[in-house]
Amino acid sequence: MKKYYNFRLLGDRVSFLVNRKALITFLLLAAAAAGVFIISTGTGEMKISPLKVVQVFLGGGSDMDRLVIQSFRLPRIIVALMVGMALAAAGGILQGIIRNPLASPDIIGITGGASVAVVAFLAFFSDKNNALTVSINWMPLAAFAGAAILAFLVYFLAYKNGVSPVRLVLIGIGLASLMKALTTLMMVFGPIYQASQANIWITGTVYGSNWDNVAILVPWTLVFLVLAFVLARNVNIQELGDDIALGVGSTVQKYRFLLLMVSTALIGGAVAFGGGIGFVGLMAPHMARRLVGSAFGALLPASALIGGILVMAADLIGRTLFSPLEIPAGVFTASIGAPYFIYLLFKTRNA
Amino acid sequence: MTAGQAIATKDLTLSYGDTIIINELDLEIPKGEITVFIGGNGCGKSTLLRSIARLLKPKSGAVLLEGEAIARLSTKDVARKMAILPQSPSAPEGLTVLQLVKQGRYPYQTWLKQWSTEDELKVRNALKATGMEELRDRTVDSLSGGQRQRAWIAMTLAQDTDTILLDEPTTYLDMTHQIEILDLLFELNEKEKRTIVMVLHDLNLACRYAHNIVAIKEQKVFAQGKPEHVINCGLVKNVFGMECEVTIDPLFGTPLCIPYGKGRCILKGQGFQG
Repeated sequence: MKKYYNFRLLGDRVSFLVNRKALITFLLLAAAAAGVFIISTGTGEMKISPLKVVQVFLGGGSDMDRLVIQSFRLPRIIVALMVGMALAAAGGILQGIIRNPLASPDIIGITGGASVAVVAFLAFFSDKNNALTVSINWMPLAAFAGAAILAFLVYFLAYKNGVSPVRLVLIGIGLASLMKALTTLMMVFGPIYQASQANIWITGTVYGSNWDNVAILVPWTLVFLVLAFVLARNVNIQELGDDIALGVGSTVQKYRFLLLMVSTALIGGAVAFGGGIGFVGLMAPHMARRLVGSAFGALLPASALIGGILVMAADLIGRTLFSPLEIPAGVFTASIGAPYFIYLLFKTRNA
Repeated sequence: MTAGQAIATKDLTLSYGDTIIINELDLEIPKGEITVFIGGNGCGKSTLLRSIARLLKPKSGAVLLEGEAIARLSTKDVARKMAILPQSPSAPEGLTVLQLVKQGRYPYQTWLKQWSTEDELKVRNALKATGMEELRDRTVDSLSGGQRQRAWIAMTLAQDTDTILLDEPTTYLDMTHQIEILDLLFELNEKEKRTIVMVLHDLNLACRYAHNIVAIKEQKVFAQGKPEHVINCGLVKNVFGMECEVTIDPLFGTPLCIPYGKGRCILKGQGFQG
């Protein structure tokens, strides 16, 4: 059986080498994501069969089904999917450009920056009765700004005739610890109510997502995912080290900056609407690597789908397992992801 | 005798911070030959090679590639003329040989054109020349040291350049694989007339494979020329600070350096008394 397909159009102007196994895995993952999406949409206080869910997607179904699905469940599930995809893709990019398997949005401090911004937002815009003085709708913006500022800070502080991966990760870890300390400090000094609200945010939840969120997050995430895909071959070359990348004529620093910005945008969008969901950004790329190998053109989409599946599943469990109690999705991403990850490691240890 | 120069340096000064490594060097590297840089540890031979490959910016002076200043050429243009294999490169876990070798085509690709017919042909030729066809779907991390180095050389070959620079391509390889790699490079030079410039630690192998030796000492070129003309005990004493006897390789007739020193001497009567 052929392992690769040559994909060529317009006399080589559009040409790709497609790995058969990666393509099949990608299709299977896409099917799995669609499956989880449909099951999640049908599950909750009111059960709706998958068939009826699909009917509603196609514009049919009963009024009641439509109401439940369209008004209550869909926005949240779509946000979960986008958040998972964005974090996983960003984690993959970071691991590639930093050349370190431990790199992830939380480790280099970008998520931490968002946490500080959110806790500060809750602290500064609350009155004596713990009611917010401004709309809660501004919170995503605060989270996004926190993530973006921190990413620039990491880049700026790591800069010395360009940015080396080691400096980037060390400065990132330093700032991440500082952000953690700041977050704790503000939570300790703030009122209990705020602390618990902040804590839910830090754990990560897509509770309360609405169509307005979807309208922002979907185009934002998709645009940057496509951009990341376009830049994939630059991740591939950076993974071989700066010397090799420079040797084959890549403008390493330019692409490192661009890729860092793309991952920051993805993370910023994700934390703005999903909070500090952990594990996905770190582990989804590793799972994808075990399934499709490390060529980034295959790894990125596979990783994104795994991330989407993880967060959707975690949210499904979080809102159904202890219903009517809502558990933040961030609690479950690790508990459902880790066993599978360990299984993959175990299975591929001799491969 | 030579068909011109592939690379030249002009008043090249290299430094790390304030430490001068190479000082105002004028060097010419002949086209279509194998040139080997030799010198003691820390003499700057690797630094010089890296600077020729534009991985290190010179403090002053210039590197000329086929007569043009490298700093004025676009980095992709340089990459189509000259490839560099740095010392002990590492590939990410799970990358296959084919995926690695394919990266050598980077300077010819755009984001939509990543696998042209030409790319496919050059990659196939590179795998063939290095004997890696059978191993193309193996992951790089699962290969032995010698195979791994052949995979990296295949990547530089896929770059399809007239000039190939290699920084200690035989480090960490056992003797069999050292010879295998050097034979491969020698053949590439013989058959395809590629200019090969490399740093080697083994003086005797350098003498066997190089057309042109560049001995570096104290920020300068101490001597340059055919091994049989420049390698003698005086040079070795000067460049490496080592006493030795230089004789003739019984198989190849190239200079063979035998160091003095301690060790078991089992020759009767006439032996060297350390």
